[in-house]
Amino acid sequence: MSFINYSSREINCKLVYYGPGLCGKTTNLQYIYNKTRPEAKGKMISLATETERTLFFDFLPLSLGEIRGFKTRFHLYTVPGQVFYDASRKLILKGVDGVCFVADSQEGRFDANIESLENLRINLQEQGYDLDKLPYVVQYNKRDLPGAMSVEELSAALNPTRVPEFEAVAPNGTGVFDTLKALAKQVLAELRKGT
Amino acid sequence: MNPLNPQLVMFEEELKQIQKIADRLQQDSRARTILLIDKNGQLVAAAGESTSLDTTSLSSLVAGNVAATGGIAQLLKEDEFSAQFHEGKGMSIHMTLVGRRIILVVLFDKNTTQGLVRLRVKKAQDELVPIFEALATKSMTSQTTMLPDITDQDIENLFDT
Repeated sequence: MSFINYSSREINCKLVYYGPGLCGKTTNLQYIYNKTRPEAKGKMISLATETERTLFFDFLPLSLGEIRGFKTRFHLYTVPGQVFYDASRKLILKGVDGVCFVADSQEGRFDANIESLENLRINLQEQGYDLDKLPYVVQYNKRDLPGAMSVEELSAALNPTRVPEFEAVAPNGTGVFDTLKALAKQVLAELRKGT
Repeated sequence: MNPLNPQLVMFEEELKQIQKIADRLQQDSRARTILLIDKNGQLVAAAGESTSLDTTSLSSLVAGNVAATGGIAQLLKEDEFSAQFHEGKGMSIHMTLVGRRIILVVLFDKNTTQGLVRLRVKKAQDELVPIFEALATKSMTSQTTMLPDITDQDIENLFDT
């Protein structure tokens, strides 16, 4: 949940990248990290296994600039995508302000996407959140791969509520910042409402 | 607003009180650094030597650590483990929960002992709890009126630069 510091005039928000294993959540953060000015970012932390699979979370702090004299800071987190790390995923969702669901466009990962999205909804409910009321965007990643399904098919299955959706190729950055901006905007708009 | 996870708001007056307690704890316990961190990983206040530390990363990792420990507690049908201690060769770290939302972190070296740290932490904890409780009540009632009047254009501008 956001932290508004009137004393130091700062707004801090937490964004979480969710999705099935190997869908590209960490790659999204790595691209954002690589393309952000040094003064606008902190260190990126990856708690990963020896084979570079996310074990607990990745963390990237970003400063986006000032709104009406308030510094806006976003803390980006990823969850571990592998099914058996569910306990860890629940912990990362605590205090979330906005969620990006990263889907793997490959046909072979379709069921994994569905399962992960259901898991997101359930885990949010356990924390007292409703996905339909939370700032939320969907990203269809790996658009460059030959086995990629059409966006229409993916959208019909994974985005029934028609939240903002983006096509992406995370390693080369296609769609990565568009996704982040859309989510950050929703979070700030929500904050303004004072909910 | 999510009732399980209310928004944290900090005001000048409360921050001064919190800072005073943190400064005194740092001196009385002869610790290197005191950090007060929100359970979601946001740094709330720091005292002592903190400029050389990456407090943003530390806050996120401490919160992750405390969250994982809380998860273990739940599995063991414990309400929570209220304190944790990691001992290093040069530096050690003591973490305690203050109320439901805040983690009090003490970084210390050979200049002091774990016993003294624990003793002083207890006192500081007792003083901090009512301040954060008051803050929670205050932020519930005053946030809508005190939030800056952000327009769509302000939000757009943030991304144009």
